[in-house]
Amino acid sequence: MKIRKKNYFANEYLGRTLVTFCGILMVLTTILIIIFIVGKGIQSFTQSNISLFEMLFSPNWSPNDAQNPRFGALKFITGSIVVSIGAVIIAAPIAIALAIFMNYISPIFGDKILKPVLEILVGIPSVVYGFLGVTILVPIIRNHIGGVGFSLMAGIIVLSIMILPTIASIASDAIRAVPKDYLEASYGLGSTRWQAITKAIVPAATTNVLTGVVLGLARAFGEALAVQMVIGNTLQFPKSIFDPTVTLTGILTMDMANTMNGTPWNNALWSLAMILLLISFFFILIIRLIGKR
Amino acid sequence: MNARSIDKLWTFILYIISSLIVLLLIYLLWEIISNGWGFWDPNFLFGRPSNTQAGGGIGPQLFNSFYILVLTLAISIPLGLGSGIYLAEYAKPGKFLSFVRLCIETLASLPSIVVGLFGLLVFVTMTGWGYSLIGGSLAITILNLPSLTRVSETALLDVPKNIKEGSFGLGATKWQTIVKISIPTAIPQLITGIILSAGRIFGEAAALIYTAGLTTPILNSVAPINSQMNPFNIFRPAETLAVHIWKLNSEGIVPDAPEIAAKSAAVLIVMVLLFNLLARLIANFIHRRYTGSKRKVKVKEIM
Repeated sequence: MKIRKKNYFANEYLGRTLVTFCGILMVLTTILIIIFIVGKGIQSFTQSNISLFEMLFSPNWSPNDAQNPRFGALKFITGSIVVSIGAVIIAAPIAIALAIFMNYISPIFGDKILKPVLEILVGIPSVVYGFLGVTILVPIIRNHIGGVGFSLMAGIIVLSIMILPTIASIASDAIRAVPKDYLEASYGLGSTRWQAITKAIVPAATTNVLTGVVLGLARAFGEALAVQMVIGNTLQFPKSIFDPTVTLTGILTMDMANTMNGTPWNNALWSLAMILLLISFFFILIIRLIGKR
Repeated sequence: MNARSIDKLWTFILYIISSLIVLLLIYLLWEIISNGWGFWDPNFLFGRPSNTQAGGGIGPQLFNSFYILVLTLAISIPLGLGSGIYLAEYAKPGKFLSFVRLCIETLASLPSIVVGLFGLLVFVTMTGWGYSLIGGSLAITILNLPSLTRVSETALLDVPKNIKEGSFGLGATKWQTIVKISIPTAIPQLITGIILSAGRIFGEAAALIYTAGLTTPILNSVAPINSQMNPFNIFRPAETLAVHIWKLNSEGIVPDAPEIAAKSAAVLIVMVLLFNLLARLIANFIHRRYTGSKRKVKVKEIM
Protein backbone atom coordinates (compact mmCIF):
# COMPACT_ATOMS: atom_id res chain seq x y z
CA MET A 1 0.00 0.00 0.00
CA LYS A 2 2.74 2.39 1.03
CA ILE A 3 4.74 1.86 -2.17
CA ARG A 4 1.67 2.49 -4.27
CA LYS A 5 1.00 5.79 -2.55
CA LYS A 6 4.58 6.88 -3.12
CA ASN A 7 4.28 6.05 -6.81
CA TYR A 8 1.18 8.10 -7.06
CA PHE A 9 3.01 10.99 -5.48
CA ALA A 10 5.85 10.86 -8.01
CA ASN A 11 3.70 10.01 -11.01
CA GLU A 12 0.77 12.31 -10.52
CA TYR A 13 0.60 14.67 -7.55
CA LEU A 14 4.07 16.16 -7.90
CA GLY A 15 3.54 17.04 -11.56
CA ARG A 16 0.05 18.33 -10.96
CA THR A 17 1.28 20.56 -8.14
CA LEU A 18 4.12 21.93 -10.27
CA VAL A 19 1.92 22.88 -13.22
CA THR A 20 -0.77 24.34 -10.96
CA PHE A 21 1.96 26.45 -9.42
CA CYS A 22 2.90 27.66 -12.93
CA GLY A 23 -0.70 28.70 -13.51
CA ILE A 24 -0.84 30.52 -10.19
CA LEU A 25 2.49 32.18 -10.98
CA MET A 26 0.87 33.91 -13.97
CA VAL A 27 -1.79 35.32 -11.68
CA LEU A 28 0.80 36.39 -9.10
CA THR A 29 2.95 38.12 -11.73
CA THR A 30 -0.02 40.08 -13.03
CA ILE A 31 -1.06 41.15 -9.55
CA LEU A 32 2.51 42.07 -8.59
CA ILE A 33 2.91 44.23 -11.69
CA ILE A 34 -0.30 46.08 -10.86
CA ILE A 35 0.65 46.52 -7.19
CA PHE A 36 4.16 47.78 -7.94
CA ILE A 37 3.34 50.14 -10.80
CA VAL A 38 0.21 51.56 -9.15
CA GLY A 39 1.91 51.73 -5.75
CA LYS A 40 4.79 53.71 -7.22
CA GLY A 41 2.49 55.71 -9.49
CA ILE A 42 0.29 57.12 -6.74
CA GLN A 43 3.29 58.47 -4.80
CA SER A 44 3.23 61.68 -6.78
CA PHE A 45 -0.27 62.31 -5.44
CA THR A 46 0.37 61.11 -1.88
CA GLN A 47 3.96 62.32 -1.34
CA SER A 48 4.74 65.02 -3.86
CA ASN A 49 1.34 66.75 -3.66
CA ILE A 50 0.77 66.83 -7.39
CA SER A 51 -2.92 67.00 -8.19
CA LEU A 52 -4.36 64.25 -10.34
CA PHE A 53 -6.50 66.80 -12.13
CA GLU A 54 -3.46 68.87 -13.05
CA MET A 55 -1.62 65.82 -14.32
CA LEU A 56 -4.46 64.67 -16.56
CA PHE A 57 -5.66 68.01 -17.91
CA SER A 58 -2.82 70.52 -17.73
CA PRO A 59 -0.52 70.92 -20.75
CA ASN A 60 2.31 72.46 -18.70
CA TRP A 61 5.18 70.05 -18.11
CA SER A 62 8.24 71.62 -16.49
CA PRO A 63 9.34 69.11 -13.84
CA ASN A 64 12.88 70.47 -13.48
CA ASP A 65 11.84 74.08 -12.88
CA ALA A 66 13.22 74.90 -9.42
CA GLN A 67 10.70 77.63 -8.56
CA ASN A 68 7.48 76.37 -10.03
CA PRO A 69 7.61 72.80 -11.30
CA ARG A 70 4.53 71.77 -13.29
CA PHE A 71 3.41 68.23 -13.96
CA GLY A 72 0.72 68.39 -16.62
CA ALA A 73 0.79 65.32 -18.88
CA LEU A 74 -1.87 66.36 -21.37
CA LYS A 75 0.66 66.73 -24.21
CA PHE A 76 1.91 63.17 -23.76
CA ILE A 77 -1.56 61.71 -23.49
CA THR A 78 -2.78 63.62 -26.55
CA GLY A 79 0.32 62.61 -28.52
CA SER A 80 -0.18 58.93 -27.70
CA ILE A 81 -3.88 59.02 -28.54
CA VAL A 82 -3.46 60.90 -31.83
CA VAL A 83 -0.58 58.77 -33.09
CA SER A 84 -2.24 55.45 -32.29
CA ILE A 85 -5.65 56.43 -33.69
CA GLY A 86 -3.92 57.72 -36.82
CA ALA A 87 -2.13 54.39 -37.21
CA VAL A 88 -5.40 52.47 -36.85
CA ILE A 89 -7.14 54.69 -39.42
CA ILE A 90 -4.47 53.76 -41.96
CA ALA A 91 -3.94 50.13 -40.95
CA ALA A 92 -7.50 48.90 -40.33
CA PRO A 93 -8.96 49.35 -43.85
CA ILE A 94 -5.86 47.81 -45.46
CA ALA A 95 -5.88 44.94 -42.96
CA ILE A 96 -9.56 44.20 -43.59
CA ALA A 97 -8.94 44.35 -47.35
CA LEU A 98 -6.12 41.82 -46.92
CA ALA A 99 -8.35 39.60 -44.80
CA ILE A 100 -11.07 39.60 -47.49
CA PHE A 101 -8.46 38.96 -50.17
CA MET A 102 -6.93 35.99 -48.31
CA ASN A 103 -10.29 34.31 -47.79
CA TYR A 104 -12.42 35.13 -50.81
CA ILE A 105 -10.45 36.65 -53.70
CA SER A 106 -7.34 34.50 -53.89
CA PRO A 107 -6.88 31.98 -51.08
CA ILE A 108 -3.85 30.42 -52.80
CA PHE A 109 -1.92 33.69 -53.16
CA GLY A 110 -3.11 34.59 -49.66
CA ASP A 111 -1.97 31.35 -48.06
CA LYS A 112 1.29 30.87 -49.94
CA ILE A 113 2.55 34.46 -50.08
CA LEU A 114 0.54 36.98 -48.11
CA LYS A 115 0.39 35.01 -44.87
CA PRO A 116 4.16 34.38 -44.64
CA VAL A 117 4.71 38.04 -45.55
CA LEU A 118 2.52 39.15 -42.63
CA GLU A 119 4.30 36.69 -40.32
CA ILE A 120 7.67 38.18 -41.24
CA LEU A 121 6.33 41.72 -40.80
CA VAL A 122 5.26 40.76 -37.25
CA GLY A 123 8.73 39.40 -36.58
CA ILE A 124 10.66 42.56 -37.50
CA PRO A 125 11.82 44.07 -34.18
CA SER A 126 10.46 47.48 -33.24
CA VAL A 127 13.91 49.12 -33.12
CA VAL A 128 14.42 48.07 -36.73
CA TYR A 129 11.09 49.68 -37.67
CA GLY A 130 12.23 52.79 -35.83
CA PHE A 131 15.58 52.72 -37.58
CA LEU A 132 13.90 52.33 -40.99
CA GLY A 133 11.64 55.25 -40.11
CA VAL A 134 14.66 57.41 -39.30
CA THR A 135 16.60 56.44 -42.42
CA ILE A 136 13.79 56.28 -45.03
CA LEU A 137 10.64 58.02 -43.88
CA VAL A 138 12.02 61.04 -42.04
CA PRO A 139 14.22 62.22 -44.98
CA ILE A 140 11.28 61.76 -47.40
CA ILE A 141 9.02 63.93 -45.24
CA ARG A 142 11.78 66.50 -44.69
CA ASN A 143 12.62 66.82 -48.39
CA HIS A 144 9.14 66.68 -49.90
CA ILE A 145 6.89 68.28 -47.32
CA GLY A 146 9.20 70.33 -45.16
CA GLY A 147 9.90 70.71 -41.48
CA VAL A 148 12.35 68.53 -39.60
CA GLY A 149 10.89 65.28 -40.87
CA PHE A 150 10.55 63.83 -37.38
CA SER A 151 6.81 64.11 -37.07
CA LEU A 152 3.45 62.75 -36.07
CA MET A 153 3.05 61.48 -39.64
CA ALA A 154 6.28 59.45 -39.45
CA GLY A 155 5.06 57.90 -36.19
CA ILE A 156 1.66 57.10 -37.66
CA ILE A 157 3.11 55.40 -40.75
CA VAL A 158 5.66 53.33 -38.81
CA LEU A 159 3.00 52.24 -36.31
CA SER A 160 0.46 51.41 -39.02
CA ILE A 161 2.91 48.97 -40.63
CA MET A 162 3.62 47.43 -37.22
CA ILE A 163 -0.03 46.82 -36.31
CA LEU A 164 -1.18 45.82 -39.81
CA PRO A 165 -0.38 42.08 -39.34
CA THR A 166 -2.12 41.98 -35.94
CA ILE A 167 -5.38 43.37 -37.31
CA ALA A 168 -5.13 41.43 -40.58
CA SER A 169 -4.68 38.02 -38.97
CA ILE A 170 -7.54 38.48 -36.48
CA ALA A 171 -9.81 39.92 -39.19
CA SER A 172 -8.90 37.00 -41.44
CA ASP A 173 -9.83 34.49 -38.73
CA ALA A 174 -13.09 36.36 -38.18
CA ILE A 175 -13.99 36.35 -41.87
CA ARG A 176 -13.02 32.69 -42.26
CA ALA A 177 -15.37 31.81 -39.40
CA VAL A 178 -18.39 33.12 -41.33
CA PRO A 179 -20.24 30.06 -42.70
CA LYS A 180 -19.90 29.48 -46.43
CA ASP A 181 -23.71 29.33 -46.61
CA TYR A 182 -23.77 33.13 -46.41
CA LEU A 183 -21.81 33.36 -49.65
CA GLU A 184 -23.93 30.74 -51.39
CA ALA A 185 -27.18 32.31 -50.20
CA SER A 186 -26.03 35.67 -51.56
CA TYR A 187 -25.06 34.08 -54.86
CA GLY A 188 -28.45 32.43 -54.95
CA LEU A 189 -30.07 35.86 -54.65
CA GLY A 190 -28.09 36.92 -57.67
CA SER A 191 -25.44 39.07 -56.00
CA THR A 192 -21.90 39.46 -57.28
CA ARG A 193 -18.95 38.32 -55.17
CA TRP A 194 -18.23 41.86 -54.01
CA GLN A 195 -21.86 42.41 -53.01
CA ALA A 196 -21.83 39.16 -51.04
CA ILE A 197 -18.61 40.17 -49.29
CA THR A 198 -19.70 43.69 -48.32
CA LYS A 199 -23.38 43.01 -47.65
CA ALA A 200 -23.30 39.58 -45.99
CA ILE A 201 -19.88 38.32 -44.99
CA VAL A 202 -18.12 41.37 -43.52
CA PRO A 203 -21.20 42.48 -41.51
CA ALA A 204 -21.43 38.96 -40.05
CA ALA A 205 -17.79 39.17 -38.95
CA THR A 206 -17.92 42.74 -37.60
CA THR A 207 -17.67 41.84 -33.89
CA ASN A 208 -14.46 39.85 -34.22
CA VAL A 209 -12.95 42.27 -36.73
CA LEU A 210 -13.55 45.01 -34.18
CA THR A 211 -11.65 42.99 -31.56
CA GLY A 212 -8.68 42.93 -33.93
CA VAL A 213 -8.89 46.68 -34.47
CA VAL A 214 -8.94 47.38 -30.73
CA LEU A 215 -5.98 45.02 -30.20
CA GLY A 216 -4.12 46.92 -32.90
CA LEU A 217 -4.97 50.18 -31.18
CA ALA A 218 -3.70 48.81 -27.86
CA ARG A 219 -0.46 47.67 -29.47
CA ALA A 220 0.02 51.06 -31.09
CA PHE A 221 -0.64 52.84 -27.81
CA GLY A 222 1.93 50.80 -25.90
CA GLU A 223 4.66 50.76 -28.54
CA ALA A 224 7.66 52.65 -27.25
CA LEU A 225 10.91 52.69 -29.17
CA ALA A 226 9.81 52.80 -32.81
CA VAL A 227 7.57 55.79 -32.13
CA GLN A 228 10.07 57.54 -29.90
CA MET A 229 12.73 57.28 -32.62
CA VAL A 230 10.68 59.02 -35.34
CA ILE A 231 8.19 61.33 -33.63
CA GLY A 232 10.66 64.05 -32.71
CA ASN A 233 9.96 64.22 -28.95
CA THR A 234 9.22 67.93 -28.96
CA LEU A 235 7.12 69.07 -26.03
CA GLN A 236 4.17 70.57 -27.93
CA PHE A 237 0.74 69.89 -29.29
CA PRO A 238 1.16 69.17 -33.01
CA LYS A 239 -0.44 71.94 -35.09
CA SER A 240 -0.31 69.84 -38.21
CA ILE A 241 0.30 66.19 -38.93
CA PHE A 242 3.86 67.04 -39.99
CA ASP A 243 4.81 68.62 -36.66
CA PRO A 244 6.92 66.74 -34.13
CA THR A 245 5.26 65.84 -30.83
CA VAL A 246 5.79 63.50 -27.89
CA THR A 247 4.10 60.41 -26.43
CA LEU A 248 3.70 58.79 -23.00
CA THR A 249 5.98 55.87 -23.89
CA GLY A 250 8.51 58.27 -25.41
CA ILE A 251 8.93 60.39 -22.29
CA LEU A 252 9.20 57.23 -20.17
CA THR A 253 11.98 55.78 -22.33
CA MET A 254 13.95 59.01 -22.35
CA ASP A 255 13.61 60.51 -18.88
CA MET A 256 13.29 57.70 -16.36
CA ALA A 257 17.06 57.19 -16.17
CA ASN A 258 17.76 60.93 -15.78
CA THR A 259 15.77 61.41 -12.60
CA MET A 260 16.55 60.62 -8.99
CA ASN A 261 14.37 58.11 -7.18
CA GLY A 262 11.89 59.83 -4.86
CA THR A 263 11.95 63.27 -6.46
CA PRO A 264 8.62 64.73 -7.63
CA TRP A 265 9.85 64.51 -11.24
CA ASN A 266 10.58 60.79 -10.87
CA ASN A 267 7.27 60.19 -9.13
CA ALA A 268 5.43 62.01 -11.91
CA LEU A 269 7.07 59.71 -14.48
CA TRP A 270 5.87 56.67 -12.52
CA SER A 271 2.39 58.15 -12.58
CA LEU A 272 2.65 58.31 -16.37
CA ALA A 273 3.59 54.62 -16.35
CA MET A 274 0.52 53.97 -14.21
CA ILE A 275 -1.67 55.88 -16.67
CA LEU A 276 -0.23 53.72 -19.48
CA LEU A 277 -1.04 50.58 -17.50
CA LEU A 278 -4.57 51.73 -16.74
CA ILE A 279 -5.20 52.59 -20.39
CA SER A 280 -4.05 49.12 -21.45
CA PHE A 281 -6.57 47.68 -18.93
CA PHE A 282 -9.18 49.90 -20.51
CA PHE A 283 -8.47 48.32 -23.91
CA ILE A 284 -8.84 44.81 -22.45
CA LEU A 285 -12.17 45.89 -20.98
CA ILE A 286 -13.36 47.11 -24.38
CA ILE A 287 -12.30 43.85 -26.03
CA ARG A 288 -14.19 41.88 -23.39
CA LEU A 289 -17.28 44.04 -23.88
CA ILE A 290 -17.13 43.58 -27.66
CA GLY A 291 -16.76 39.82 -27.14
CA LYS A 292 -19.85 39.69 -24.95
CA ARG A 293 -22.02 41.41 -27.56
CA MET B 1 -21.62 51.44 -63.21
CA ASN B 2 -23.36 48.10 -62.84
CA ALA B 3 -22.78 45.60 -60.07
CA ARG B 4 -20.55 43.39 -62.18
CA SER B 5 -18.09 46.15 -63.07
CA ILE B 6 -18.01 47.25 -59.43
CA ASP B 7 -17.17 43.68 -58.48
CA LYS B 8 -14.35 43.58 -61.08
CA LEU B 9 -13.05 46.97 -59.96
CA TRP B 10 -12.87 46.01 -56.28
CA THR B 11 -11.28 42.65 -57.06
CA PHE B 12 -8.63 44.57 -58.98
CA ILE B 13 -8.14 47.04 -56.11
CA LEU B 14 -7.73 44.23 -53.58
CA TYR B 15 -5.13 42.57 -55.81
CA ILE B 16 -3.26 45.89 -55.93
CA ILE B 17 -3.35 46.36 -52.13
CA SER B 18 -2.16 42.81 -51.48
CA SER B 19 0.66 43.10 -54.01
CA LEU B 20 1.70 46.41 -52.49
CA ILE B 21 2.03 44.82 -49.04
CA VAL B 22 4.25 42.09 -50.50
CA LEU B 23 6.30 44.74 -52.30
CA LEU B 24 6.51 46.75 -49.06
CA LEU B 25 8.11 43.81 -47.24
CA ILE B 26 10.54 43.20 -50.11
CA TYR B 27 11.42 46.91 -50.14
CA LEU B 28 11.95 47.03 -46.35
CA LEU B 29 14.14 43.91 -46.38
CA TRP B 30 16.08 45.27 -49.36
CA GLU B 31 16.66 48.58 -47.57
CA ILE B 32 17.86 46.87 -44.39
CA ILE B 33 20.15 44.41 -46.13
CA SER B 34 21.59 46.85 -48.67
CA ASN B 35 22.20 49.57 -46.07
CA GLY B 36 23.92 47.08 -43.82
CA TRP B 37 25.82 45.40 -46.65
CA GLY B 38 29.03 43.84 -45.36
CA PHE B 39 27.57 43.00 -41.96
CA TRP B 40 29.11 39.51 -42.09
CA ASP B 41 32.65 40.88 -41.73
CA PRO B 42 34.11 39.00 -38.72
CA ASN B 43 35.86 42.15 -37.50
CA PHE B 44 32.44 43.75 -37.19
CA LEU B 45 30.49 40.77 -35.86
CA PHE B 46 33.03 39.78 -33.22
CA GLY B 47 35.05 42.97 -32.78
CA ARG B 48 35.06 45.24 -29.75
CA PRO B 49 32.99 48.40 -30.01
CA SER B 50 34.82 51.70 -29.96
CA ASN B 51 33.47 54.71 -28.11
CA THR B 52 35.32 57.36 -30.04
CA GLN B 53 36.69 56.01 -33.31
CA ALA B 54 35.11 54.56 -36.42
CA GLY B 55 35.47 50.88 -37.21
CA GLY B 56 34.18 49.37 -33.97
CA GLY B 57 32.35 46.03 -33.84
CA ILE B 58 29.34 44.57 -32.08
CA GLY B 59 30.94 41.46 -30.54
CA PRO B 60 29.80 41.94 -26.92
CA GLN B 61 26.29 43.06 -27.94
CA LEU B 62 25.81 40.00 -30.14
CA PHE B 63 27.04 37.73 -27.35
CA ASN B 64 24.71 39.45 -24.85
CA SER B 65 21.72 39.01 -27.17
CA PHE B 66 22.34 35.27 -27.46
CA TYR B 67 23.09 34.88 -23.76
CA ILE B 68 19.87 36.68 -22.77
CA LEU B 69 17.99 34.56 -25.33
CA VAL B 70 19.31 31.33 -23.78
CA LEU B 71 18.65 32.50 -20.21
CA THR B 72 15.13 33.66 -21.05
CA LEU B 73 14.25 30.42 -22.82
CA ALA B 74 15.70 28.39 -19.93
CA ILE B 75 13.37 30.23 -17.53
CA SER B 76 10.29 30.66 -19.69
CA ILE B 77 9.99 27.26 -21.41
CA PRO B 78 9.39 25.27 -18.19
CA LEU B 79 7.04 27.95 -16.81
CA GLY B 80 5.14 28.41 -20.08
CA LEU B 81 4.86 24.68 -20.72
CA GLY B 82 3.77 24.19 -17.10
CA SER B 83 0.97 26.71 -17.25
CA GLY B 84 0.01 25.40 -20.70
CA ILE B 85 -0.33 21.89 -19.24
CA TYR B 86 -2.30 23.29 -16.33
CA LEU B 87 -4.74 25.09 -18.61
CA ALA B 88 -5.10 22.25 -21.10
CA GLU B 89 -5.28 19.28 -18.73
CA TYR B 90 -5.90 20.15 -15.10
CA ALA B 91 -7.80 23.41 -14.79
CA LYS B 92 -11.50 23.01 -14.14
CA PRO B 93 -13.87 25.52 -15.68
CA GLY B 94 -15.02 28.06 -13.13
CA LYS B 95 -14.34 31.43 -11.56
CA PHE B 96 -10.67 30.74 -10.87
CA LEU B 97 -9.94 29.57 -14.40
CA SER B 98 -11.55 32.60 -15.98
CA PHE B 99 -9.52 34.76 -13.61
CA VAL B 100 -6.32 32.99 -14.71
CA ARG B 101 -7.28 33.59 -18.33
CA LEU B 102 -7.99 37.25 -17.63
CA CYS B 103 -4.54 37.57 -16.05
CA ILE B 104 -2.86 35.95 -19.06
CA GLU B 105 -4.78 38.23 -21.40
CA THR B 106 -3.72 41.21 -19.30
CA LEU B 107 -0.08 40.13 -19.30
CA ALA B 108 -0.17 39.61 -23.06
CA SER B 109 -1.37 43.13 -23.74
CA LEU B 110 0.94 44.97 -21.35
CA PRO B 111 3.16 47.48 -23.14
CA SER B 112 6.72 46.19 -23.01
CA ILE B 113 7.96 49.47 -21.54
CA VAL B 114 5.65 48.94 -18.54
CA VAL B 115 7.14 45.47 -18.02
CA GLY B 116 10.59 47.05 -18.27
CA LEU B 117 9.69 49.58 -15.58
CA PHE B 118 8.33 46.80 -13.35
CA GLY B 119 11.68 45.07 -13.89
CA LEU B 120 13.44 48.27 -12.86
CA LEU B 121 11.48 48.33 -9.59
CA VAL B 122 11.81 44.65 -8.74
CA PHE B 123 14.81 43.06 -10.49
CA VAL B 124 17.08 46.10 -10.44
CA THR B 125 16.26 48.15 -7.34
CA MET B 126 14.58 45.77 -4.89
CA THR B 127 16.99 42.87 -5.37
CA GLY B 128 19.96 45.23 -5.45
CA TRP B 129 21.37 43.50 -8.55
CA GLY B 130 21.56 46.73 -10.53
CA TYR B 131 21.29 46.41 -14.29
CA SER B 132 21.90 42.75 -14.97
CA LEU B 133 21.55 39.95 -17.51
CA ILE B 134 19.30 37.97 -15.19
CA GLY B 135 17.07 40.99 -14.54
CA GLY B 136 16.69 41.52 -18.28
CA SER B 137 15.92 37.84 -18.84
CA LEU B 138 13.26 37.83 -16.12
CA ALA B 139 11.63 40.93 -17.62
CA ILE B 140 11.42 39.38 -21.09
CA THR B 141 10.22 36.14 -19.52
CA ILE B 142 7.17 38.07 -18.29
CA LEU B 143 6.62 39.42 -21.80
CA ASN B 144 7.07 36.00 -23.35
CA LEU B 145 5.10 33.80 -20.94
CA PRO B 146 1.58 34.52 -22.24
CA SER B 147 2.42 33.51 -25.81
CA LEU B 148 4.38 30.42 -24.72
CA THR B 149 1.47 29.40 -22.50
CA ARG B 150 -0.94 29.77 -25.40
CA VAL B 151 1.34 27.79 -27.72
CA SER B 152 1.67 24.95 -25.19
CA GLU B 153 -2.03 24.91 -24.43
CA THR B 154 -3.16 24.73 -28.08
CA ALA B 155 -0.44 22.18 -28.88
CA LEU B 156 -1.62 19.91 -26.05
CA LEU B 157 -5.29 20.36 -26.91
CA ASP B 158 -4.53 19.32 -30.50
CA VAL B 159 -3.27 15.91 -29.33
CA PRO B 160 -5.87 13.34 -30.50
CA LYS B 161 -8.05 12.03 -27.67
CA ASN B 162 -7.76 8.37 -28.65
CA ILE B 163 -3.98 8.32 -28.12
CA LYS B 164 -4.45 9.65 -24.60
CA GLU B 165 -7.25 7.21 -23.90
CA GLY B 166 -5.00 4.38 -25.03
CA SER B 167 -2.46 5.49 -22.46
CA PHE B 168 -5.07 5.68 -19.68
CA GLY B 169 -6.26 2.23 -20.70
CA LEU B 170 -2.76 0.86 -20.08
CA GLY B 171 -2.99 2.16 -16.53
CA ALA B 172 -0.96 5.34 -16.84
CA THR B 173 -1.81 8.28 -14.64
CA LYS B 174 -2.77 11.61 -16.17
CA TRP B 175 0.68 13.06 -15.51
CA GLN B 176 2.42 10.04 -17.05
CA THR B 177 0.19 10.39 -20.09
CA ILE B 178 1.10 14.06 -20.42
CA VAL B 179 4.83 13.46 -20.12
CA LYS B 180 5.09 10.27 -22.17
CA ILE B 181 2.34 10.75 -24.76
CA SER B 182 0.96 14.27 -25.06
CA ILE B 183 4.18 16.28 -24.99
CA PRO B 184 6.06 14.07 -27.50
CA THR B 185 3.07 14.24 -29.84
CA ALA B 186 2.86 18.00 -29.48
CA ILE B 187 6.60 18.56 -29.94
CA PRO B 188 6.48 19.95 -33.52
CA GLN B 189 4.02 22.67 -32.57
CA LEU B 190 5.89 23.38 -29.34
CA ILE B 191 9.24 23.77 -31.08
CA THR B 192 7.73 25.99 -33.77
CA GLY B 193 6.19 28.25 -31.14
CA ILE B 194 9.37 28.38 -29.08
CA ILE B 195 11.56 29.31 -32.06
CA LEU B 196 9.14 32.03 -33.18
CA SER B 197 9.16 33.47 -29.67
CA ALA B 198 12.97 33.26 -29.71
CA GLY B 199 12.89 35.65 -32.66
CA ARG B 200 10.85 38.10 -30.63
CA ILE B 201 13.12 37.80 -27.58
CA PHE B 202 16.11 38.49 -29.81
CA GLY B 203 14.62 41.73 -31.09
CA GLU B 204 13.15 43.04 -27.82
CA ALA B 205 14.59 46.30 -26.62
CA ALA B 206 12.05 48.43 -24.72
CA ALA B 207 11.88 46.04 -21.74
CA LEU B 208 15.67 45.76 -21.58
CA ILE B 209 16.67 49.43 -21.46
CA TYR B 210 15.87 49.68 -17.74
CA THR B 211 16.65 46.10 -16.75
CA ALA B 212 19.78 44.90 -18.59
CA GLY B 213 21.09 48.40 -19.08
CA LEU B 214 22.78 50.38 -21.80
CA THR B 215 26.37 49.39 -21.13
CA THR B 216 28.57 46.31 -21.23
CA PRO B 217 31.74 46.04 -19.17
CA ILE B 218 34.92 45.13 -21.05
CA LEU B 219 34.62 41.36 -21.23
CA ASN B 220 37.43 38.98 -20.44
CA SER B 221 36.72 35.27 -20.39
CA VAL B 222 39.53 34.48 -17.93
CA ALA B 223 38.11 36.81 -15.27
CA PRO B 224 36.61 35.07 -12.20
CA ILE B 225 32.90 34.21 -12.55
CA ASN B 226 31.83 36.77 -9.94
CA SER B 227 33.67 39.57 -11.72
CA GLN B 228 31.78 42.09 -13.84
CA MET B 229 34.22 41.29 -16.63
CA ASN B 230 33.35 37.61 -16.92
CA PRO B 231 31.05 37.24 -19.93
CA PHE B 232 29.02 34.48 -18.25
CA ASN B 233 28.37 36.34 -14.99
CA ILE B 234 24.59 36.76 -14.98
CA PHE B 235 24.78 39.70 -12.58
CA ARG B 236 26.63 42.02 -14.94
CA PRO B 237 24.99 44.74 -17.05
CA ALA B 238 24.53 43.80 -20.69
CA GLU B 239 23.53 45.87 -23.68
CA THR B 240 21.94 43.70 -26.37
CA LEU B 241 22.07 44.25 -30.12
CA ALA B 242 18.54 45.68 -30.34
CA VAL B 243 19.23 48.10 -27.47
CA HIS B 244 22.52 49.00 -29.16
CA ILE B 245 20.67 50.11 -32.33
CA TRP B 246 18.40 52.32 -30.23
CA LYS B 247 21.30 53.79 -28.28
CA LEU B 248 23.36 54.52 -31.40
CA ASN B 249 20.37 56.32 -32.85
CA SER B 250 19.62 58.45 -29.79
CA GLU B 251 23.01 59.15 -28.27
CA GLY B 252 25.64 57.62 -30.54
CA ILE B 253 28.82 59.72 -30.59
CA VAL B 254 30.93 57.38 -32.71
CA PRO B 255 31.51 58.96 -36.15
CA ASP B 256 30.22 55.86 -37.95
CA ALA B 257 27.15 55.39 -35.69
CA PRO B 258 24.63 55.31 -38.61
CA GLU B 259 26.70 52.68 -40.40
CA ILE B 260 27.02 50.49 -37.30
CA ALA B 261 23.29 50.85 -36.65
CA ALA B 262 22.52 49.86 -40.26
CA LYS B 263 24.75 46.79 -40.09
CA SER B 264 23.36 45.81 -36.67
CA ALA B 265 19.81 46.10 -38.05
CA ALA B 266 20.83 43.81 -40.91
CA VAL B 267 22.24 41.26 -38.45
CA LEU B 268 19.06 41.45 -36.37
CA ILE B 269 16.83 40.94 -39.41
CA VAL B 270 18.88 38.04 -40.74
CA MET B 271 18.63 36.37 -37.32
CA VAL B 272 14.87 36.89 -37.17
CA LEU B 273 14.45 35.50 -40.70
CA LEU B 274 16.62 32.50 -39.79
CA PHE B 275 14.50 31.82 -36.70
CA ASN B 276 11.38 32.03 -38.84
CA LEU B 277 12.78 29.67 -41.49
CA LEU B 278 14.09 27.25 -38.86
CA ALA B 279 10.67 27.12 -37.20
CA ARG B 280 9.03 26.15 -40.49
CA LEU B 281 11.67 23.57 -41.45
CA ILE B 282 11.73 21.86 -38.06
CA ALA B 283 7.96 21.76 -37.83
CA ASN B 284 7.64 20.12 -41.25
CA PHE B 285 10.56 17.76 -40.72
CA ILE B 286 9.38 16.45 -37.37
CA HIS B 287 5.81 16.21 -38.55
CA ARG B 288 6.90 14.00 -41.45
CA ARG B 289 9.01 11.86 -39.11
CA TYR B 290 6.09 11.38 -36.75
CA THR B 291 3.26 10.83 -39.17
CA GLY B 292 4.90 9.74 -42.40
CA SER B 293 2.51 12.03 -44.24
CA LYS B 294 3.39 14.87 -46.54
CA ARG B 295 0.81 17.19 -45.07
CA LYS B 296 2.42 20.39 -43.87
CA VAL B 297 2.08 21.73 -40.37
CA LYS B 298 0.82 25.26 -40.41
CA VAL B 299 3.05 27.70 -38.61
CA LYS B 300 0.53 29.11 -36.23
CA GLU B 301 0.87 32.79 -35.94
CA ILE B 302 1.44 33.93 -32.41
CA MET B 303 1.15 37.54 -31.51
